Amino acid sequence: MASNEEILAGLAEIINEETGLAPDAVQLDKSFTDDLDIDSISMMTIVVNAEEKFGVRIPDEEVKNLSTVGDAVDFIAKAQA
Amino acid sequence: MPTLWQNAVKGVSGVHQLTDEWVEQYDLPVKIAAKLAVPADQVLGRVEMKRMDPSTQYGVIAAREAWRDSGIEDIDHDRLAVAFATGIGGVWTLLNGWDTLKEKGPRRVLPMTVPMLMPNGVAAAVSLDLGARAGAHTPVSACASGTEAMAVGQELIRSGKADVVMVGGAEAAIHPMPIAAFSSMQALSKRNDDPERASRPYDIDRDGFVMGEGAGALVLEAEEHALARGARIYAELAGTSVTADAYHITAPDPEGLGATRALKAALFDARVQAEDVVHVNAHATSTPVGDKPEYTALKSALGGHVDNVAVSATKSQMGHLLGASGAVEAVLTVLAVHERKAPATINLDHQDPEIPLDVVTTARDLPQGDIVALSNSFGFGGHNAVVVIRNH
Repeated sequence: MASNEEILAGLAEIINEETGLAPDAVQLDKSFTDDLDIDSISMMTIVVNAEEKFGVRIPDEEVKNLSTVGDAVDFIAKAQA
Repeated sequence: MPTLWQNAVKGVSGVHQLTDEWVEQYDLPVKIAAKLAVPADQVLGRVEMKRMDPSTQYGVIAAREAWRDSGIEDIDHDRLAVAFATGIGGVWTLLNGWDTLKEKGPRRVLPMTVPMLMPNGVAAAVSLDLGARAGAHTPVSACASGTEAMAVGQELIRSGKADVVMVGGAEAAIHPMPIAAFSSMQALSKRNDDPERASRPYDIDRDGFVMGEGAGALVLEAEEHALARGARIYAELAGTSVTADAYHITAPDPEGLGATRALKAALFDARVQAEDVVHVNAHATSTPVGDKPEYTALKSALGGHVDNVAVSATKSQMGHLLGASGAVEAVLTVLAVHERKAPATINLDHQDPEIPLDVVTTARDLPQGDIVALSNSFGFGGHNAVVVIRNH
């Protein structure tokens, strides 16, 4: 079970790998689209990599509800519980 | 580009033994190829590398080099087009995606797979990179693709649809499956123990082509546009032509009729005479059946003047870049006219007596005054494409 801090750090690493964004730019209140400029294709790549890293399943219909990094961290934390 | 030209003049082979683990893993019958001299990841960033198939990586690198070299700074992007060819497209992406599907399931197939594997991916990426909005075209005609891109670019400028066109070709097919496939059809040289001597166009002991990879790019510009900005003009693209054999899906017409028509049409398009031609960068892939029909065609199109033409077969050095070959050879032909020097053909130890061309084995000066050079490309499917380059 990863803590929320560990999930955030893990997501930041995945996002950096996919987009080149500096890990410290990835904060809980940041919007994937408006703040981080992540397009839908990159978002799906990040989702699939997060599934593998955290051993969870993020259904396609859930992805549109993950508007901020915090939403994604909460979803992964709950899915792991 | 300076390195490419220096090596072409010196006669340096880029063919080496493949060291990839898949060569032994699949016990490939062909273990040699001409890979990029500088790996793409030494030029592009990590994120760019991930989002592009290798063919697109190579095309974007070449297009950026050509663009910088052109010195164009201020341009109407609605009048800038792209014609960037590939013979095969994103074959690494396609096959990696298939491997992922089989090993890890559909969820793990990358969302970027489709834009990375589509054959227009290179032209699209170049268009995006340059902000070229007057159309992005992808001629696909196997090994004639790169030369056909020159023809497409010429038409865009002549018809007034663009002022500037980034033309070129890119290929990245040194993957075990295409190697196995070309090998199955007996198209590749199996001179595995002597890679640098494997590509030997016109030599009596030629036994097939050697796969190469990479990209070539040229900036085509309407003459008045180039003159108005004081551009350094390397040469003039005087004419082009494209024909089809309609003879056989892979075998060249033994009489070279389609190639002859292409040569004659290109000369006519450029409004030049056979006697004006001083140099030919030949298609000459080093296959037993392919090299001779090109000679037959050159003889038919140029008549007795064929004996006075300095012929270079640069695939002897860099292998066969398939859909990119015509683009790289167009770069070499332009430089040959600009520098007035025909590049070297290596490995011609015993010239095939049935192909009595004047082959340039040591780089040779071309005459002063007005000169014309041709570059030929032919592709599976019976595609023939010719470009005519003239000094400016």
